[in-house]
Amino acid sequence: MYSNNYTLGFVFIVTIILGTMLSFTKENVKDLQDQNLKADVQKTILRSLNFDENLLLTNESIEQTFKNYIDAKCVDIQGQIVECNIEEVDIEKNKDVLPVYMRVSNEKIEGIALPIAGKGLWSTIFGYIALNPDTESVLGIQFYKHGETPGLGGEVEKKWFTDNFVNHPQKQSNGELKYIPKKIRDKNGKIVSITVIKGGVDYSDSNNASIHQVDGISGATVTADGVTDFLLEDLLRYEKTLNKIRDYGTI
Amino acid sequence: MELFSTESKKIINDPINVNNPISLQVLGICSALAVTIRLDQAIIMTLAVLFVLTSSNVILSLIRNYIPARVRIVIMLSVIASLVSVVDELLKAYLYDMSKQLSVFVGLIITNCIIMGRAEAFALKNGPSKAFLDGVGNSMGYGLIIIIVSFFRELFGAGTITLPDGGAGYVLWSIPDSWYAAGYENIGLLVLSPGAFIILGLVIWFQREMAGVEEDA
Repeated sequence: MYSNNYTLGFVFIVTIILGTMLSFTKENVKDLQDQNLKADVQKTILRSLNFDENLLLTNESIEQTFKNYIDAKCVDIQGQIVECNIEEVDIEKNKDVLPVYMRVSNEKIEGIALPIAGKGLWSTIFGYIALNPDTESVLGIQFYKHGETPGLGGEVEKKWFTDNFVNHPQKQSNGELKYIPKKIRDKNGKIVSITVIKGGVDYSDSNNASIHQVDGISGATVTADGVTDFLLEDLLRYEKTLNKIRDYGTI
Repeated sequence: MELFSTESKKIINDPINVNNPISLQVLGICSALAVTIRLDQAIIMTLAVLFVLTSSNVILSLIRNYIPARVRIVIMLSVIASLVSVVDELLKAYLYDMSKQLSVFVGLIITNCIIMGRAEAFALKNGPSKAFLDGVGNSMGYGLIIIIVSFFRELFGAGTITLPDGGAGYVLWSIPDSWYAAGYENIGLLVLSPGAFIILGLVIWFQREMAGVEEDA
């Protein structure tokens, strides 16, 4: 039997040693971890803007591509440019400062990526949706952070699901199918966003809205409904900005 | 003690075969169900458990004569938890994509009964070299089962075989599209936890048959 003092002393020493070991590890890898996090967000933005995967292989190439092609700005709900530190904007809570990432080549906008975030079943899902310069058709959509069930709601980040947003089968006059992107605006230019349908989309001629719908994920209805809701909400927040880009080609 | 003596071989081999932590002692089931969706996750998880279990066994064995019995559980937990946190931080820094996929399950190694079990049952009673071998043997026993389970779950559930690489995993083989065109379908159930139970149950049955274990009725 050890004395109380010995026991206390022993625990104290063990705690000090383990604590030192932990903070030493953390201190040494913190920079790398921060770089990974930052690169992960940038990769999501670049992917949604349909950049070639070969440009996104390493953290360095991601950063370089981002620097070369992306024009990042913040706007308010009226579509006016506002000052901001874009990396620190909390897209979930701050609804007044809205980040916009534009893929620019020869001073022409080739795509617009907007952050989207909202509740799924268990967690907040974070991602980016990118639109073509017509601000109507989807260029790509990517999710990078969520806590949904792997294999069910977690499928939102998978390629088969995100590909649904850019592969709308359209019948040509010669009877062949051509794949075009889904659209977030209806015929009158009103933003209707895209609805994730429980089950599969009805592609018969009687369903006029099929261009605004994508297939759902079986076993993940709540996650899918969440995506539908926050996608509409977030796109509406950017309505004035998107109108400006559509009409004038710039913000 | 010699490294390749009969006794050391037994310490390593027993947990892989006749005394396997998962299939015979039925410990560590929680993570065995959670990280066996894909083969690459199971392999990385095995390496993480190998590191934690071996180090915790050795460290605890080294200080076993100084630990007051009253606080031994606390000491074991702090050592294990610290080692797990180190693994978690390293994964986040060097294998970011993998750490995203394993998410909370790395942290849950702390509560993996195998690690506490080996510390209490073996490391506190034996010297460091035996404890080291016991750690290797048990994590291999654990790894063997979850690698087998994840192989079948990924192959029949998702139709791929993925090996770990620096990024999101290297797809070694996937079921060709022509099979799907011919009417082959993945078994969605295997991706879910109940599917893991079924495969794990079959593995346990098979291994007990092979090892000739008989339960007392």
